[in-house]
Order: sequence, then C-alpha cells, then structure tokens
Amino acid sequence: MNSILGWSELTPILPELIILATACIVLVLGLFTSSEKGGLLVLTSIVGVVFAAITTAKFHMGDHELTRQVLFNGNFVRDYMGDILKIAVYAVMLFVFIYSKQYLRDKNIFKGEFFALMLFGMLGIMIMISGYNYITLYLGLELLALSSYALVAYDRDNMQSNESAMKYFILGAIASGMLLYGMSMIYGAVGTLQIDHVALQVSNTNNTMLLSFGLVFIMVGVAFKLGAAPFHMWVPDVYQGAPTATTLFISSAPKIAAFAFAIRLLAQSLEGLFDNWQHIISVIAMLSIIIGNLFALQQDNIKRLFAYSTISHIGFMLLGFVGGIDGYAASMFYIITYALMSVAGFGMIIILSCKGFEAEKISDFKGLNQRNAWFAFMMLLIVASMAGFPPLIGFFSKLVVLKAIVDQGYYVMAGIAVVFAVIGSFYYLKIIKVMYFDESESDQEITAGFDVKSILSFNALLQLGLLLFIPSILSYCIKAIETL
Amino acid sequence: MSLVHYLILAGILFVISIAGIFINRRNVLILLMSIELMLLAVNINFIAFSSYLNDVQGQVFVFFILTVAAAEAAIGLAILVVIFRKRKSLEIDKLSELKG
Repeated sequence: MNSILGWSELTPILPELIILATACIVLVLGLFTSSEKGGLLVLTSIVGVVFAAITTAKFHMGDHELTRQVLFNGNFVRDYMGDILKIAVYAVMLFVFIYSKQYLRDKNIFKGEFFALMLFGMLGIMIMISGYNYITLYLGLELLALSSYALVAYDRDNMQSNESAMKYFILGAIASGMLLYGMSMIYGAVGTLQIDHVALQVSNTNNTMLLSFGLVFIMVGVAFKLGAAPFHMWVPDVYQGAPTATTLFISSAPKIAAFAFAIRLLAQSLEGLFDNWQHIISVIAMLSIIIGNLFALQQDNIKRLFAYSTISHIGFMLLGFVGGIDGYAASMFYIITYALMSVAGFGMIIILSCKGFEAEKISDFKGLNQRNAWFAFMMLLIVASMAGFPPLIGFFSKLVVLKAIVDQGYYVMAGIAVVFAVIGSFYYLKIIKVMYFDESESDQEITAGFDVKSILSFNALLQLGLLLFIPSILSYCIKAIETL
Repeated sequence: MSLVHYLILAGILFVISIAGIFINRRNVLILLMSIELMLLAVNINFIAFSSYLNDVQGQVFVFFILTVAAAEAAIGLAILVVIFRKRKSLEIDKLSELKG
C-alpha cells in the first residue's frame, strides 16, 4: 500500500499528466505568441488531446482492459467506464478547440489563457470521471468549476459576460457548499470517504437519519452541477452571457463529467440508498423535462433557447438513473450523444457569427437556406437530432432511455417525458421554419475557414453517421456499467 | 462538549450563511462573505466528525477545502473587480440584464 511511486503506478494516470503538461505548455507559449500566430496554441492543445487519447486507447490493447485499477491509496480509479467517457471528452474537446479559434480572433479576445483554462477544466473533468474518493471528486469538480468561472468572465469588457460570471460563481459556490455539507454528513455516518468503503458501510450502518440528511444535500449539489430543474436558474443566464466559445465548452464536456460524478456518488457509493434517491431523481428529471421544454418555447435568443433545451435533455438523462443498471447504460449513451449534438449546435452559432456580429437571435437564422443551403441543411440535422426525430441519433438516445424505464414499469413517467418531448419539438421546428421559409434579412456570407467548415459538417453528419455505430456504442456503455 | 454541540454550531453557521445569501439584496461582497462562512461551517462539521470517529481523513479534507476556498475567493473577487470597473457599483439588483 505504501509503495514508492513507480512507473507502474503512474501509467494509468498518463492521460491526466499529458493534459496537465499541455495546459502548462500552452500557458507559457501564450506569453510569446501574438494572436495572429495563435494557430500554434490551438495546434499544441490538439496534439496534447490526441496524445492523451492514444494513451487512453492503449489501455484497451493491454490485457487489463476490463479490470479495475484502484491507485494512490484508493484516490483514483481507472476503469472501463472512465476510459469510454474520457474518449468521448477528447472527441468533444477537439471540436471545441477547432471551433473557438476563429470566434476568439473576431472578438479580439484570443489569448493563450483561454486554451490553458480550457485544458485545466478538461483536467478537472478527467479527475471527476476517475475520482474514487470524495476528496478527489471534490477537487476535480472545483478545478472544472474555477476554470469555468474564469472562462465565462473571459470577455471582460462585456457587461453580460461579467454579470453571468458573477451569477455562475455565486450559485456554483452555494452548490459546492451544499455538496460538501452532504459529504460531511455521509462521512459522519460511515466514517470513511473512499467510494467502495462508503458503499460497504452504508448497508451496515444504522445512522439512517444522518445518511438521508447527507443524501439530500448531495443530491442538491449534483443537480446543480448538472443544471437540472429546481436548480437550473444559472443555466440560461450563463449560456447567454458567456462568450459563445465558452458556452460551447460548458454545454458539452462538463455534462459528461457531471454524469460520471452522479454515477460515482449515487450509483456507486450510495447504492445502498437507491430506494431513497430514486424518488428524488425521478422528481428532478420530470421537473427538468417539463420546465426546460415549456420555458424554451418563449425564447427568441438562440443561446438561451439551447440552454433550456439542455435542461430538458439533462432531465431525460436523469430519467435513466431511475431504471437501474440498464438505465445507467442508457443515460451514458444519452449523455455522450448529447455532448456531440450540443457541440455541433453551438459550433453552428459560432460559424454564423463574424467580426462585430453575433448570431444570437433566432431571426439571425432567417433565410439561411438562401444564403448557404449546405449549412442550413447541417443546422436542420442538428436541430432535428436535438428534437429527437428519427432517423437521427437524438431519437435513438431518447428511445434507449425510455425503453430502460418502461422495462422497469414506469409507464407514467415515460408518457410524460414523451408528451413534453413532443411539445419541445415545436421550438426546434420554429428554427427550421425560420431557416427555410423566411426571407433573409442580411446577405452575410459565412466567413469561417475551410477547416472549421468541414469539421462542423463532419460533426453535423455524425448525427446520421453514428447510427451505424449504435449497437457498438451501446455495448460499450453496458460493459462500462457492468464493470463498475 | 459533545459531538452534537459542534454539529449544531455548524448547522447554525450554515443556515446563517444561506440566509445571508438569500435575504441580502444589497451588496455582492456580502455574498462572498456568506460563501466563505458556508465553507467554514462545513469544516467544523468535518473536524467534529473526524475527532469523534478518530479518523484522520476528515481533517485532510478540511485542508483541501481551505485551499480551494482561498482559490475560489480569489476568482470571486477578480470577477467583482471587473464588475465594479464597468458599473461603478456592486448592487445586486443592478445585475439584472439577463433574464427570461
């Protein structure tokens, strides 16, 4: 247990170390590069992420693909779920880096710190995915949160950016406080902070009062970090106020981390209280789906609209938690596909914005079909996938979740979810209608470079292309949950 | 003093900080102070349990919370300074550009 750190101990955290090194290199490089030559920063970040991806993928070549390695006196775990989620995070982050370059240049806020902060946030995400102790999980969470606060406030001369950063900071700090209070109660009840020990002790202890007290506070913290319904107030303000490049980040990769966080805390460490938290989760999920879809109907700012749509998607994802093992796998599938969808949606907003102009209103999408038929079609794919129209991936992820909970006999909840998903499709259809049937107000050309355009097209076409891989992704998710 | 006394003290501090955040309608600085108080309440809880259970993990956690709280305060104050430069006031009610 107290062995001196050797290479064998360090290999499983190699991806994290690579991301940390990349973040430091980018931070230093940023001091010496002007914004015209900023391509180097993006390139360095991308190379770092690719290297991390290779090392993570390498774990699957070896013979301990499915075995779980618990390291550093039980502070860190390398398991199959972690690897799959990390690979999803790498994919999403590559898109984020590529999209944000042009936007930052046009807004004149291209600096090395932006990418360094994103990489530190990404490190936080990876630690949240692999934390095996309440302390590690909390530190990962804070690393992500502190980077995100700074990223939201990044456009410092913009009043909206400041205001949303302040709101995000205050509410985020309250949520961390709640989470910690809950953790302290659990600690008091079971006397340990390591996840598998907690899971063991929970069923033995008779401190049910302390446990359920702690559970409620932890649920509040998790729901806040996910942006689920009664604690969703920050989501629309932050999405709208933050620079779009930041929104792109916040709306995608951290959701995967929040899923892993919820799995580690609720499904792994507090598994013994499943009957207790199942009810709370189902209420939160229902409220998220209802509130998210209803409030999205009246938005005319597209970033705000996507924010409410995120809330409803998170509701769908949480619905899976009600369904036990199959449900967790369905949620995992849902959150991975959602992250890829969301990054494409905000990428589209970025590509339509250009110097001195922010494509924020739905009316900015008017007559996109006349201006650029290809990207109108791409937006159609993305939005239709978010709405859940077959044959796009968004439909199948909803289907998998619904099937998991119907199998468990929760017909009413599945029914409500479907009804509100249908109501929600109204505002998605509104975007499609505006793009195809309204007259264009401007004849703004899409100025983005060829690389961004082709990557975005690829990302949008993934909504169709992933269909071929549904069975294999699903089997990965199931295997990941089974080997927890 | 028994464990319960410490827990009650921590509980009271926690409630005061929550009340400070929700009742206070004037100054953003007071929000930051309330947040610090909230984290300290949690620390008392951890220390009390740690000493009651004779287990050192809780105290280790407190060290980490203290450092993170310091980093958090730094970022919070940085955002606050930016806001003050731009608006020349720290009134909470004026932070209402974004809504809907």
